[in-house]
Amino acid sequence: MKLLEYAGKELFKKYGIDTPKGRVVSSKGELHNVDIPFPWVMKAQVLVGGRGKAGGIKFAENMEEAEKIFDELMNMEIKGEKVRKILIEEKLNIEKEYYLSFFLDRSSREYLMMFSPEGGVDIEAMAERVIKTNVNPLIGLQPYHLRRIPKEVRNIAANLFRLFIENDCELAEINPLAISNGKAIAADAKVIIDNNALYRHPELPKEDVELTPLEKEAREKGIAFVQLDGNIGVIANGAGLTMATLDALNEFDGKGGVFLDLGGTDDPAKVKQAFELMAKAKPKVILLNLFGGITKCDTVARGIIEFMEEHKLDCPVVARIKGMNEDVAREMLSGYVIAVESFQEAARKAAELGRD
Amino acid sequence: MAIWADENIRLLVQGITGHQGQFHTKAMMEFGTKIVAGVTPGKGGQQVHGVPVYDSVEEAMEREPNASIVFVPAPFAKDAVIEALDVGIKLVVVITENIPFHDTMQFVHYAKYKGARVIGPNCPGIASPGKTKIGILPNVIFKEGNIGVASRSGTLTYEIVNALSQAGFGQSTCVGLGGDPIIGSTFIDALKAFEDDEETKAIVLVGEIGGTAEEEAAEYIASNITKPVYAYIAGRTAPPGKRMGHAGAIISGGKGTAESKIKAFEEAGVKVARFPHEIAELIKNDKRI
Repeated sequence: MKLLEYAGKELFKKYGIDTPKGRVVSSKGELHNVDIPFPWVMKAQVLVGGRGKAGGIKFAENMEEAEKIFDELMNMEIKGEKVRKILIEEKLNIEKEYYLSFFLDRSSREYLMMFSPEGGVDIEAMAERVIKTNVNPLIGLQPYHLRRIPKEVRNIAANLFRLFIENDCELAEINPLAISNGKAIAADAKVIIDNNALYRHPELPKEDVELTPLEKEAREKGIAFVQLDGNIGVIANGAGLTMATLDALNEFDGKGGVFLDLGGTDDPAKVKQAFELMAKAKPKVILLNLFGGITKCDTVARGIIEFMEEHKLDCPVVARIKGMNEDVAREMLSGYVIAVESFQEAARKAAELGRD
Repeated sequence: MAIWADENIRLLVQGITGHQGQFHTKAMMEFGTKIVAGVTPGKGGQQVHGVPVYDSVEEAMEREPNASIVFVPAPFAKDAVIEALDVGIKLVVVITENIPFHDTMQFVHYAKYKGARVIGPNCPGIASPGKTKIGILPNVIFKEGNIGVASRSGTLTYEIVNALSQAGFGQSTCVGLGGDPIIGSTFIDALKAFEDDEETKAIVLVGEIGGTAEEEAAEYIASNITKPVYAYIAGRTAPPGKRMGHAGAIISGGKGTAESKIKAFEEAGVKVARFPHEIAELIKNDKRI
């Protein structure tokens, strides 16, 4: 889960990391309660990157300008994401800009501290001057690690590391880390919390606006569900198989509209719930690709029938059912679905139905 | 021969009294796995399918287990793994899904310190047909043979293994490495072991989007592996920035795309299949096998 900049900065403050003086507003009236002297920096609060380039950061010299900018920013969509809040901050007198972050490094399976003497730009663009320091998760950050970066930012790095650990972060990033009047200040905040660990952090604000309403509903129901831009809804059991099914559709010029992973369940109630969710996404065709190993095909079939008896589904279901009790399942579903024999055949058929 | 798990395994089941624990204890026994003990704190003295249940791993050691499988719920999984590592168990297979990444990092490194192997988390486990199974993979898909399979996925692996078996290609060992970004055993670990295993004649890797494990594996194959390697990569049509079911299956910052992985494999001489079942055909048509 990504935190919006203002929420990240609130977390920073708790860990003794200095941030510019700031206030969050979501209505025009609130502008008049902001007790920060002009000029202001007005920053659209969104989770996507590239906000500055998209015009999401503006400067206001007086209230009149601020009100105009408020309207501009609030009506803005940055890479499809609506702006819901604006962070107003004092304008810093910046002497230097650094980059500093901690993240979970998948390949070394350690924490990685990254520091660059050039901040404010894309980290990819400054790859050459980046200092990378691996930190063993059992040992933690050591003084010698900190001696690799400038003295003036060591304290902030130590605090950021503590924040990173205690809040189960995947990433804690300050870019730019500004030096202003000789002091290190976090001018921006990017914090990503591991979803698996959210149960340990009930105090953190939940604003995962990256999810569509249906994706949110799915998450609440514990179903892996991703909306895509095609018109074929894919239901399979297992994330890998679901992805492979979407890929197979593509081989026949079909386009997946929904990724729905049933997981290891064959509980008919869960299957029914999954189909209900799928129906709400209004696909043109549903492609069910089931490989029953532990999952019993006939219990999945029961869930499908329960769904179909209750709801009028206005799109065809192409089903490829393989594995434990497949014969029973196929017999049960005859009349309800278009049954096909193979993986490839299923993808071809669904792609064809998606076209006309 | 097989890799990591063979007929000498004496298995401990942690979380044996839960729904999954009970179900798979039975399925593993049917596969031929020797299960010697189970642990669920507070349930000591019970039996599950004839297997004695203990309150702690330390007490269960009187049954001399040499490997453990963990079905314990995510918030308690780290504790369970550390408990097994502390009494000297050298192979821990973690089935549990949704374990916080920082917890996984810790037990993965602790295992290294203890000289033990962790497989998973969020994995289907490991099966060496005719010998043993430590996991939840379906029994019926396997056939004894010479293909080594390593995968980041569950059901997709079953699909591929099933196709292999039906085409007459049995398996030496099939290991599910797990769908999380941080895992205990990697493709490179599996490749190394399969290369050294006399019984294994060819290797199948099942990868997916996210991270750079496939690229690293490709590099390793190019300079270290003499056996033929085949691969399938899931997620060619996955959009960037979305987690595709598995916590680790996400393209972020332009990294982790299927194209990059397929390219890396092909450059390393690995044959990459377009459909999962195509792997069996690739092997069949390969004159080296």
